[in-house]
Amino acid sequence: MKAVLRSRLTPLLALALVMALVPMIAPTSFHLRVAALVWIFALAALGLTILMGYAGQVSLGHAGFLGIGAYAVAIGPARLGLDPILCLVLGAVLAGLVAYGVGRPILKLKGYYLAIATLGFGVIVALVLHSETELTGGPDGMAVSRITLFGWRVTGALNWYWVSAGALLVGALLALNIAASPTGRALRALHDSEVAAAGAGIDVSAKKLAAFVVAAVYAAVAGGLLAAMNGLITPEAASFSHSVELVAMVIIGGLGSVFGTVLGAAFLVVLPQTLTAFQEYEQAVLGLLIMVFMIFLPQGIVPSLRALIEERLP
Amino acid sequence: MDTPARLRPMLRAAAIMLATAVAGPALTGTALAADPIRIGSVVSATGPAAFLGDPEAKTLKLYVDELNKKGGLLGRPVELVLYDDGGDANKARTFATRLVEDDKVVAMVGGTSTGATMAMIPVFEEAGIPFVSLAGGIEIIEPVRAFVFKTPHTDKTACQKIFEDMKARGITKIGLISGTDGFGKSMRNQCLKVIGQYGITVVADESYGATDSDMTPQLNKIKNTAGVEAVLNPGFGQGPAIVTRNYAQLGIKLPLYQSHGVASKSFIELAGPAAEGVRLPAPAILIGDKLAAVDPQKPVVAEYKTSYEKATGQPVSTFGGYGYDGIQLVARAIASAKSADPKKIRDALEATKGYVGVTGIYTFTPTDHLGLGTDSFRMLEIRGGDWALEAPAR
Amino acid sequence: MSEFLQLAFSGLTVGAIYALIGLGFTLIYNASDVINFAQGDFVMIGGMGTVFLMAAGLPLPVAALIALAAAVLVGLLLHRLAIEPARGASPVTLIMITIGASIFIKGVSQIIFDKQFHSLPAFSGDTPIPVGGATILPQSLWVMGTALALVVALYLFLEHTLVGKAVLATAANRLAAKLVGINVALVLALAFGLSAAIGALAGVVATPITLTRYDIGTLFTLKGFAAAMLGGMGNPVGAVVGGLLIGLIETFAAGYLSSTYKDAVAFLMILLVLLFLPRGLFGSRSVERV
Repeated sequence: MKAVLRSRLTPLLALALVMALVPMIAPTSFHLRVAALVWIFALAALGLTILMGYAGQVSLGHAGFLGIGAYAVAIGPARLGLDPILCLVLGAVLAGLVAYGVGRPILKLKGYYLAIATLGFGVIVALVLHSETELTGGPDGMAVSRITLFGWRVTGALNWYWVSAGALLVGALLALNIAASPTGRALRALHDSEVAAAGAGIDVSAKKLAAFVVAAVYAAVAGGLLAAMNGLITPEAASFSHSVELVAMVIIGGLGSVFGTVLGAAFLVVLPQTLTAFQEYEQAVLGLLIMVFMIFLPQGIVPSLRALIEERLP
Repeated sequence: MDTPARLRPMLRAAAIMLATAVAGPALTGTALAADPIRIGSVVSATGPAAFLGDPEAKTLKLYVDELNKKGGLLGRPVELVLYDDGGDANKARTFATRLVEDDKVVAMVGGTSTGATMAMIPVFEEAGIPFVSLAGGIEIIEPVRAFVFKTPHTDKTACQKIFEDMKARGITKIGLISGTDGFGKSMRNQCLKVIGQYGITVVADESYGATDSDMTPQLNKIKNTAGVEAVLNPGFGQGPAIVTRNYAQLGIKLPLYQSHGVASKSFIELAGPAAEGVRLPAPAILIGDKLAAVDPQKPVVAEYKTSYEKATGQPVSTFGGYGYDGIQLVARAIASAKSADPKKIRDALEATKGYVGVTGIYTFTPTDHLGLGTDSFRMLEIRGGDWALEAPAR
Repeated sequence: MSEFLQLAFSGLTVGAIYALIGLGFTLIYNASDVINFAQGDFVMIGGMGTVFLMAAGLPLPVAALIALAAAVLVGLLLHRLAIEPARGASPVTLIMITIGASIFIKGVSQIIFDKQFHSLPAFSGDTPIPVGGATILPQSLWVMGTALALVVALYLFLEHTLVGKAVLATAANRLAAKLVGINVALVLALAFGLSAAIGALAGVVATPITLTRYDIGTLFTLKGFAAAMLGGMGNPVGAVVGGLLIGLIETFAAGYLSSTYKDAVAFLMILLVLLFLPRGLFGSRSVERV
């Protein structure tokens, strides 16, 4: 039993099973859309899981990369006449390059100093998207043309559900592989102590940078999918509050746990939909729930549950 | 069996989440037994645009209750399904899907910002459900979309009204200071498009962020620019109030024009004595008591002002007025279509002729889904801490 | 020259507000290692509370005092009900709790108060005072004076009172502080209460200039955090210098460069400073231990 719990493939199979079940029980395409949003935001948050959970580096500007990916898919086809799928890839490459350029200097910073530096990066990206009206459409955002996959025009909630689910599954598989690879082990070592990791011969700055770039690529792909699914993107996508939301997904679900990240994303995407019943108390309840969860499950949902289950098993 | 035990809590969690997501949406209005007609709404009741979305939401609730007190529509009760997008276009889109798929609304009144409106348009166009937007952007109705209407004036109309007034006063060179929010940017662009027709040129062009608390640097630049004869401030929220205060602080004596984006009593309160002499185009609602007795809008405006202020204890604003006109237009359309079928409601909406609202008098046509002219704006000046009606451009 | 002076006045006024919020961050961080993302919401409680109490007919000083007390109460509750029970949790978890608290405070405020912008009358009138070709509002002097007075008072408190020294000792080494008989729990509560009071006072004096609304705290949190980090986390002098610098950079950038990108200029400057001084302007140069 413990072996199953620890197995790398268990969360992946569980995730695939949930993905297969949802369309069977979802009554309308609204529910499918919410589920698709969960998969997309989980994908973005997965990148952060690699950065925060594995490498122990915090980013409070990650929505900036989501914005880069989203606007690549919006701007490429509309202004340059490029294929949307190509733009999704280009957006991911661009985000990776930006992460490399920005990460090289700022990843030398530690703890809260890194937090303010990444926050500043996010604010600047959001400001550019907001201000360069000619290119980005400004605060009201811009329309995104439909994605065509081998002649198949991706529209409708169910299609987007499968596209986003597939993307997340691939992303989760890669994340789990990274975790188990030598790089993953090196990252975990530096999570515990950078000085010790360096002492053990790990190229600390290169590994950190790699995690940062990977995290940016995840967010950019998620942003591209979000833009293409919605058909419209606004600078709100890159906002500080979105960055905080992504971090919250990672922490609420459980730092470093792939399945926890998905659960965290589900928590923060689905919750506002259920809280509408509270009307004006919605925000207060949301804040209260986040506090209660963090106070009573400081490790996050999945690690806390896992500990509970392992305790009860012989 | 190992796996099921491991999976059970996750499945249960997933099931609970889905079950709660299915659970009842926020229902407002009087719950009556008969099969209700459902009208949907998504507004920014919280977030940066809450000062717009909040009066909209309150107005919609108030008048749906009012409709039900009068026996509803077509003998059926009316139910308002209202969601708050918090100013996030992505959330607005999700709620729009929810209204169409889950709540089965027959019409939609909402969309506080142009961004949120544009995000929701495809959902309602595809579903064939009429959508009356409460946002200002001209792109909402240009090009005309079959199912999309809107109640607020476009920014272009406001610009034209302002430039008419400037031209009448012999002003030819102006300074611009615009907010970088959606409203400020859109209005700035629209103003720059039409300004040439009035022989006016922009000699200084500044901007400020939506959350800035000090605009003296920008105003100082305008002050030091040679030849400026008047200053125009396209923007809404607290920005224009701070601009107005800083304007007085720097002792700039030139005429200051604000937009319809500040057309609520709270602007005068926030800007204080600095607001004296500020001019702006605004709908009739702000000066209900000063309208001529023969003005057709007078009784409508008076009724809305009394009801809203009694129900909420807050002063009326143009923004709530957009909501009033939205819900009235839809209610009238349902009544005249004698049907709650979305397509028929749409047809009836488009056939609206001479509806006297608080914002103006609306006449929709297949090519005009706004149906307001420049005459729906009145040029106001702030005098003695209150609105004063200016004579039409001399 | 007069333009330069005008910009400097604006920058110092805005900067003084940031400095006060940065100071609040520093106090809580020193005592508990927590970065409190609800710090800006104390500013809002001070401002909104005073506005609504005055509307209820109370005179400004009474209204401000009650609002201040309310903010202190919220600060103490935040510590007692949210931070204390989660002791030992990782820094990110603690940050998340304060973010949850910030969302909660905003959610409750929009119900207790409303969602509109509000202002307070300026304490000493609206007549600008001409100085060297530029003008300064009397309220700006109130803001800068309050900031100065608070900084001096805080310095005297920390350096010259027993309780203040206990706070510093707790910040330096919690275990050692406990061993010498300092009531650490009380010191932590004190830090949260004090920091709430500073924030709320900043809100009261700033509201006639910045205006206030239930959600204005987010902006102040962001700027105050930036101020504290630029100065060097944990250093009160750093927080004040950081706040003033950010205020000045913003206004000079808006005046001489681009009003659209003034926030970007401010953050770029912070990034640049951190690249050369990775622990901020006045941060300690300690080495990480294994």
